[in-house]
Amino acid sequence: MNEELRGTIKTGLIAGVVTLSLGMIGILVAFNKRFIVTDAVTLADLLLFGMAVIAGYLGASSLKEHSMGRRLLHGGLAGMLAAVPTFLLILLTLVWEGIRDSFINVEPALVSLLTLDNENVVVGGILLIVVFGVLGLVGVGYAQLPVRFRRPISMSLAWTIGSGVMSDILIGILRPRMSNDTLRSLFGSTGLQPVPFVVLFVLLTAVFFWWQQGGQTRYQTLRQNFTPRQQKSSRRVSISLLVIFLLILPSLLGVYLSEIFNEIGRFVLMGLGLNIAIGLAGLLDLGYVTNFAVGAYIMALLTSSSQFGPENPWSFWLAVPICVVAAMFTGFILALPVLKMRGDYLAIATLGFGEIIRVLARSDALKPVIGGAQGILQIPAAQIGGFMAQVMGYILNPINNLLSRFELGILATNSNGDIVFGNPPQLYYLFILASLLMLFISRRLNNSRTGRRWMAIREDEDVAAAMGINTTNAKVLAFTLSAASGGLAGAIFAAKLGSIFPSSFELLISINVLALIIVGGLGSIPGVIVGAFALVGIPQLLSEFAEFRLLLYGIALIGMMLVRPEGLWPSEVHRREIHSHGEDETAVPVSVKP
Amino acid sequence: MRRFNYIDLVLWLFRIGIIGVVLWGMTGKFILGIGNDYTISDWLDFFVSGLSQGSLYALIALGYTMVYGVLFMINFAHGEFFMAGAMTSTVLVALPLENAGYVERFPWLSLLAIFLSAVLTSVLVAVLTERIAYRPLRNAPRLVPLITAIGASFFWQYYFRGLFGSSLLPFPEFPMFDGKIAFWGLDFQKADIAVILTSLVVMFGLQQFVQRTKTGRAIRAVAENKDAATLMGIDVNRTITITFIVGASMAGVAGVLYSIVFRQLNFVMGFIPGIKAFTAAVLGGIGSIPGAALGGLFLGIIEAIGPPLFLEGLGVAGSHQLKDVIAFTMLVLVLIFRPQGIIGERLAEKKA
Repeated sequence: MNEELRGTIKTGLIAGVVTLSLGMIGILVAFNKRFIVTDAVTLADLLLFGMAVIAGYLGASSLKEHSMGRRLLHGGLAGMLAAVPTFLLILLTLVWEGIRDSFINVEPALVSLLTLDNENVVVGGILLIVVFGVLGLVGVGYAQLPVRFRRPISMSLAWTIGSGVMSDILIGILRPRMSNDTLRSLFGSTGLQPVPFVVLFVLLTAVFFWWQQGGQTRYQTLRQNFTPRQQKSSRRVSISLLVIFLLILPSLLGVYLSEIFNEIGRFVLMGLGLNIAIGLAGLLDLGYVTNFAVGAYIMALLTSSSQFGPENPWSFWLAVPICVVAAMFTGFILALPVLKMRGDYLAIATLGFGEIIRVLARSDALKPVIGGAQGILQIPAAQIGGFMAQVMGYILNPINNLLSRFELGILATNSNGDIVFGNPPQLYYLFILASLLMLFISRRLNNSRTGRRWMAIREDEDVAAAMGINTTNAKVLAFTLSAASGGLAGAIFAAKLGSIFPSSFELLISINVLALIIVGGLGSIPGVIVGAFALVGIPQLLSEFAEFRLLLYGIALIGMMLVRPEGLWPSEVHRREIHSHGEDETAVPVSVKP
Repeated sequence: MRRFNYIDLVLWLFRIGIIGVVLWGMTGKFILGIGNDYTISDWLDFFVSGLSQGSLYALIALGYTMVYGVLFMINFAHGEFFMAGAMTSTVLVALPLENAGYVERFPWLSLLAIFLSAVLTSVLVAVLTERIAYRPLRNAPRLVPLITAIGASFFWQYYFRGLFGSSLLPFPEFPMFDGKIAFWGLDFQKADIAVILTSLVVMFGLQQFVQRTKTGRAIRAVAENKDAATLMGIDVNRTITITFIVGASMAGVAGVLYSIVFRQLNFVMGFIPGIKAFTAAVLGGIGSIPGAALGGLFLGIIEAIGPPLFLEGLGVAGSHQLKDVIAFTMLVLVLIFRPQGIIGERLAEKKA
């Protein structure tokens, strides 16, 4: 057997095993409920048949110089092989009656999906192999396209599929602003209708193609030719548009989506904090949840009206600074013992701290103080009352009256004249305020002398020390400041839920924050936001994803490190570093030498 | 010499604090008599169950220590190899065998099949992880493989949750591990004794393998110096894979032993034992095989007798819940004060 054929067979079978895994762990069946094109294509179809296209693409593009015929042959073969493991599974279900007792996700729905709804499963399985072979040829065809067509097509396909998947949200936003008939002609119960799908795809392809063929350069020259004054005013306009957009966003999104934004906000806050430790100073802290827990518990202990709170519960606004300071203090204390450790030992030690805190929080030993597994209840929502609320009411109410004509609005006073941050759209303002504050602080820190000190330590601690940087103090400062943001997130979280339980402070939170920083790009502030949207927002939006969230995090962590270690939105410094190394993409900011 | 600074002061206070807590707790226990009153045989019970728990940690720790020896990386996913073996052998071998009545009729044969399948699965998972998540990043900065290892850990947890579900699985009851056995007038759980003996045999076998065979020598050579090993004609990649295979086999064996003792399995079962086994490996001096064995036993015993010995004396409610706190505190203490481990191993010097 020659080398190339063996390679193709390997590619096909790997794709097949991945397809089989997708089926056996239940992803395919779960995703089969979400339509991308109404009543025609589901997310599961996309994954399943996408694997065949990818197998064909890889099978063909691994060949060096060959005729079209050979390429088609290899691509088709790889595609067909990608269906073989699932075909074996189908045969297995015929002989092994009780397979579901062992593999709980091998259910009839999976079999009918994998046999293309055929009555006779063997015929269906063979049909699947044929279809996969044809799709493998499609993959070859795609590989043959010149890059200038391939790019716009894949971009617009991604966007079209994305809008199909997210159609629930689009419907939610458009419903109050559109007649029912128009809406129904665009969307089905879930997914885009076929015609709009095709139209959107063609339109986007044209736009991306134009952008690539000259639009981009034309736009850039236009921007470059601005006079300094024009530049300034264009920036001012875009910033004020952004602020207005952020202010009216909750009324645009509605309650459910606002809640998702709040979750994203919570993780942006934590991400910004952890980014100081990991991204800037290169200290891999796996116990970040500790700071979050301290913030939340201090908030609960200060403001709760239950037996755990003080006799005269504090107001939210007074308690917030205490929570932040307490979290910083914890960060400071926990930093001291681990300062001499480097790299992976530090990671494990901080993980140990996180676990100790978790076990202590749920133990009976501390139950009289912090409530043990039953947690602390009756934490009031944050609110503004009295004179402040009156003043704000004078400003907010006219704006609301104006905006209500467009079915929009912003934060408003309630019937008592108070401003309460109780429901998700109201809490949104709290999260956005906190996030903007932390964004500002992070940005300033990034560009400060301290920030550069941290980066020097990140790159090489010994060299940094030799340059006269007090590494001990810089590291303590990094831990302390990074804790602040976590404490703030915890404080708002406690006021938002009204009750806290130890189960909210698992290691998973730390891992979650770590994953979003890495996916976004270590040390990059926009990266934190991108990462939070990708890793917190998407699983929240698509309930099917929620069950497989941690599986996807695992894949994301490994995949990012293998393919794009600098993250989705790398920081400027890091991007420069990578360019100075030429095409060397394996460079990663957290280089800790042994 | 460095000047004595505030960090050192804090560390000294930390040491004194921990010693103080332990002493105070023991005083409370023995002199003031706070907490339950235990007889000698109770203490022995704690000790033996700690020893059996500790041998499990030791078996898992061997995998950590061997991989650390050759790659200088914490294989965070090692606990998942242990889980994979235990879960797969239970679902695909043990439970079907029990339903068919084979466990009752041929207990030893069934047990052999369970061990074999567990080891095979663990090895498969380990080899896949090494190939996909670790090998391409061998020359990357140190933290990168740690991050992929964390990713791999979560991936496998939820992969197996997808395969076998998230409910607790029962492990079949084996007649020979049921009940107690008497030695010198004292009763011991048969399962505990079986675990201790099996792991002693396995660890002895491993030590012989590493010290006596050609492959063992290759592993030691790669741990010493990869470049020199390459020059000596050793296939480094192959040796690293073998190291993973050996470590994962130990984890597979530990998985079955764990199932025999606890008889309940779940997809998260590997996480906490994994971290504790890492603690054990560091405790004994990471990179050292006898060190991992000693560290595991030591950790198991401390965990078992710690709560009654010095936590009850402090008047702590529900002290047994704080078992994990003891283990994690040990972890942090060792990492801070003696990263080279109790025995102190040459590998640790390169890294600490």
